[in-house]
Amino acid sequence: MKASTPKYETNITMTKHNGFLNRKYQDYAWAYLMIAPTIIGLLILNIWPIFETVKLSLHGNGNFGAIGEFIGFENYKTLLGDKDLWSAAINTFKYAVISVPLSIFISLFIAVLLNSNIKGKSIYRTIYFLPIISAPAAIAMVWRWLYNGDYGLINYLLSLVGIKGPQWTSDPKTALWCVIIIGIYTTLGYNMVLLLAGLQDIPSSLYEAADIDGAGSVGKFFAVTLPLISPTMFFVVITSIIAGLQVFDYIFMIWDTKKIGIQYTQSIVLLFYKNSFILNNKSYGSAIAIFLLVIILLITFVQLRLQKKWVHYQ
Amino acid sequence: MEKKSHVNKLIIHTILIIGAVGMLLPFMWMLSTSLKSFTEATQIPPTIIPKKFVWKNYSDVVKLLPFGKFYMNTFLMIGFRVIGSVFFSAMAGYAFAKIKFPGKNILFALVLLQLMVPGQIFIIPQYALVAKLGWLNTVKALVVPGIVSAFGTFLLRQFFMTLPEELEEAAIIDGCNRWQVFWKIMIPLTKSGMVALGIFTALFAWKDLMWPLIVNMSVDKMTLSAGLASLQGQYSTNYHQLMAGSIIAIWPMVLIFFIFQKQFIEGIATTGSKG
Repeated sequence: MKASTPKYETNITMTKHNGFLNRKYQDYAWAYLMIAPTIIGLLILNIWPIFETVKLSLHGNGNFGAIGEFIGFENYKTLLGDKDLWSAAINTFKYAVISVPLSIFISLFIAVLLNSNIKGKSIYRTIYFLPIISAPAAIAMVWRWLYNGDYGLINYLLSLVGIKGPQWTSDPKTALWCVIIIGIYTTLGYNMVLLLAGLQDIPSSLYEAADIDGAGSVGKFFAVTLPLISPTMFFVVITSIIAGLQVFDYIFMIWDTKKIGIQYTQSIVLLFYKNSFILNNKSYGSAIAIFLLVIILLITFVQLRLQKKWVHYQ
Repeated sequence: MEKKSHVNKLIIHTILIIGAVGMLLPFMWMLSTSLKSFTEATQIPPTIIPKKFVWKNYSDVVKLLPFGKFYMNTFLMIGFRVIGSVFFSAMAGYAFAKIKFPGKNILFALVLLQLMVPGQIFIIPQYALVAKLGWLNTVKALVVPGIVSAFGTFLLRQFFMTLPEELEEAAIIDGCNRWQVFWKIMIPLTKSGMVALGIFTALFAWKDLMWPLIVNMSVDKMTLSAGLASLQGQYSTNYHQLMAGSIIAIWPMVLIFFIFQKQFIEGIATTGSKG
């Protein structure tokens, strides 16, 4: 009897230990099983394509979608000397640099108004959000109609005050602005919802403290609202710029091959689409995609460095 | 003081109403034009309310292109993408948030990598893959790129991370395995996150234009967005018909939005603040 007692005890610790190990390995098994669909999906649909695109961009264009011979950086050399690409890059830049700050400025303004103590907030919010839930193709079509030089509503309204409006979408001076306005129109509600959520998170005690200090509403905006909304602003700025650099739908829908306007509104992604799927030069298309990736990474990197200067994390 | 705040409110309402009218104007004009005859649509000065309501535009457009099929394809694409990405992201998000396992950081880095790379990088190889599988011009082609979601995995991981460890520990002591913990305890607690992800996924699938445009060229496999692009390509100056087509394409989503606007707006706010 005396001899069996310690044996019994070791048995317990053994099973405990085994149980613990089992638990651990079971956890591993569950974890791998649970991430498997996502990881396998990402590997096939996203990670492998990154390498494929890089590879394709270093090869010539084969027939019938086959990969051509290895040509090194030839595509990139062509790209750097491609006038179309540079004008597209400049257009894309202008689009992002003008539409993003304007959209954020207007949406912040509206968000601040909506954050005040007024009735009918949710009605306004719904209306401002409406363009977001409409198909971009439909939105672009109605704007194209509004912009129409001969029968468009905009030129009619201008004619009432004696101005003869241009052919908005094909006039080089206005073509890009047409897209910028649609861009602002369709991102406004989205940014507003994000900024409004950020504003609602600001504790009212801070405003009360500012009241005691005798700050007016403008003073409160700069002393309290702006610093505290800056993390949300940062997120909105980064995502808007990245989205802006990928502008495609509206330009594609307004684009009329028969008219000249296109070269003034062509964007990088439109050029990517045109080369890859219309001209069927997928290896050059890949080089454009990589070019876009580099630009986006550079801008994101700069943004991350700059954020220290203006974003206040609590 | 009282009077001043009334004046303030009046100013705020005035600004907001002017803005709201501006936002609604394109929709009004879309609706108005969609009910005009070709002659009335292109007449100067334009009429605001059509003299005669030409409902025929709608039936004409539906005859020009198979909008019924566009609805079906769009619905199936959105449905499968939402189910796939929410379900798989919840599973992966939970494992990344709550279970320790070897290789976790490297595997999560793959998720982050996908988020940092612009979508155009993936499109050509994805297209080649879909073509190789013989899936061009099928609903499968529409669904495939959105069946899993790096963004969703990231978002739901954030949600699971906010849940206390004690919840799971109690269940594990009671003899539940990881799947049971996930399914019975964690899922019900992250419903709001999954609804937000579902709305976000649906919205982005719905707005996607380039992918449906390149994989499905045959008319009866198009989505609503691609269908509208094709309508414009063929009848680019028949604005009364283009506007009728636009109304046909957007009204179901507008209706869904009006019914679930609270969920929509909260969902978008959540994906923004957590993502």
